[in-house]
Amino acid sequence: MDGNSRWAKARDLPTSAGHEAGYRALREMLRLSCAWGIRVLTVFAFSSENWLRPKVEVDFLMMLFERVLRDNIGDFSRECIRVCVIGDSSKLPISLQKLAKEVEEMTRNNSRLELFVAVSYSGRRDIAQACQKISQNVKHGLLEPEEITESLIAQELETSSTEFPYPDLLIRTSGEARLSNFLLWQSAYSELFFTETYWPDFGEADYVEALSSFQKRQRRFGQHIT
Amino acid sequence: MAKDRASRSEGTSSVVSFGEMLIDFVLDVAGVLLVESGGFVKVPGGAPANIIVAITKLDGCSTFVNKDFIMDKHHESSASKFLEDVWCFLRKCFFSVLSFGPMPKHIAFIMDGNRRYTKSRNVKKDAGHRIGFTVLTSVLQYCYEMGVKYVTVYAFSIDNFKRQPDEVQSLMDLMKEKIDELLMEESVVNKYGVKINFWGNLSFLSEPARLAAEKAMASTARNTGPVFSVCVAYTSTNEIVHAIEESFVEKRDRMQERYCNGYTDESIWADNMDSVISVTDLEQHFYTADCPDPDIVIRTSGETRLSNFLLWQTTFSHLQNPVPLWPEFSFRHLIWAVLEYQRVYPYLEHKRSSSKKKH
Repeated sequence: MDGNSRWAKARDLPTSAGHEAGYRALREMLRLSCAWGIRVLTVFAFSSENWLRPKVEVDFLMMLFERVLRDNIGDFSRECIRVCVIGDSSKLPISLQKLAKEVEEMTRNNSRLELFVAVSYSGRRDIAQACQKISQNVKHGLLEPEEITESLIAQELETSSTEFPYPDLLIRTSGEARLSNFLLWQSAYSELFFTETYWPDFGEADYVEALSSFQKRQRRFGQHIT
Repeated sequence: MAKDRASRSEGTSSVVSFGEMLIDFVLDVAGVLLVESGGFVKVPGGAPANIIVAITKLDGCSTFVNKDFIMDKHHESSASKFLEDVWCFLRKCFFSVLSFGPMPKHIAFIMDGNRRYTKSRNVKKDAGHRIGFTVLTSVLQYCYEMGVKYVTVYAFSIDNFKRQPDEVQSLMDLMKEKIDELLMEESVVNKYGVKINFWGNLSFLSEPARLAAEKAMASTARNTGPVFSVCVAYTSTNEIVHAIEESFVEKRDRMQERYCNGYTDESIWADNMDSVISVTDLEQHFYTADCPDPDIVIRTSGETRLSNFLLWQTTFSHLQNPVPLWPEFSFRHLIWAVLEYQRVYPYLEHKRSSSKKKH
């Protein structure tokens, strides 16, 4: 969800206005995803690199995340959306950590759509923490190093709780053509869609364009389609 | 005959040809049909230049004129050399202009589209891969002339082993043949003193291909020039598993050495196993440990996905997906790629330095 700050700057608005507009775009994406039968939606809300932003902006974002979770609890239940917050939660304010756990617990059994919210998330850290868990198994004699497989690592990633942990389509807005430490392992075979549109302006037409582009692609997974 | 030739060369030219210099792909074996051809070679060409060469072979006198140069040659090999020198000079001019902006140190290529190229031109099955190799050697030369120190290519994924066995075997044979060509005297590897790496699970390769790869790495290990890395029998997720295993093996070997030296405190083993898998440990055991992360990743044929290629190392790289198939990728596409990189460089650099602080 890239481009909130640049969207605001282009309109001579404060950065906070950009993030508020980004929130409205997210609500719309959630509504459309539910309506169109998307089963899993993962959003990159705040990366581990974003902690280096100005403290004022970071504090605003933390409060915004709390407001998003709190204001939408009713919608999550009504629309049967399961919420899962992934990332290094130890850096989040205690109130946000607590609220995230409550929302996850309340929506645990919902199954219409799974919403993964990546906050303080790093794809590299996700892989490293999976390796740490596996090293614990090796340490306790439950596993030999030679027995470590890709499946074992995948099972320990933060997205492993869903039936569909690997995105089919990864959309990055605002014209930046890179992954920036988001779902590294999980997006190995994802179709990438880059759009110049800033996130607050990303609406139904853009979403349709991205999905249409995906439908035209030939996914081969290393083989040939004859 | 020689006297006649000498007297003619002192006179005026009987034929003047105006036009452009081009580079043609011609069959490497004369007299076969295009669909039966096994490969192609690059030669100077274009009708205007071909006329001059033909006249020269017939002991005639001729002059070739294009908008920048007037060439008056009598021997085919001299004409070829001259055209090559002109082309080299033009490239240096382009690179000089480019070098006013930030230049990438490492470019990675996903060479996609060989098979579709073969199908679209209705030629022999592995012609696309053979032309693809010719294009690769040209691209390597252009990169090294530009000052790009590291070039990495995705030649063969572990997933590609799922293809038909005869196609896989054909690719293994081709790989062996082309690796041997890379080590030849006149190749770009020797010209620039290139160090070659083969990254991947080489035990999956056929034995001839594996031996050729190992020989290439051994014979270029001491080269100090640019680095050419070939990902073969490779996926990024497999590389990560390999890095974890290597981390454990290294740590276990160190522990055993300590026990042998009289250190028997088992808690040291336990504590060290907790810390063994850090981000630094993983990065030190990647195949790419001695190379910087790619600045640009180019996937040809318009496909927009990484297909399990350098997932960790490319997370901050500029991703590009030009439409041409790999055999169609040319000098101008490479220039465009660098220009695109220079356009986004300030933002890329800011993000990369932020990431380094976080780890």
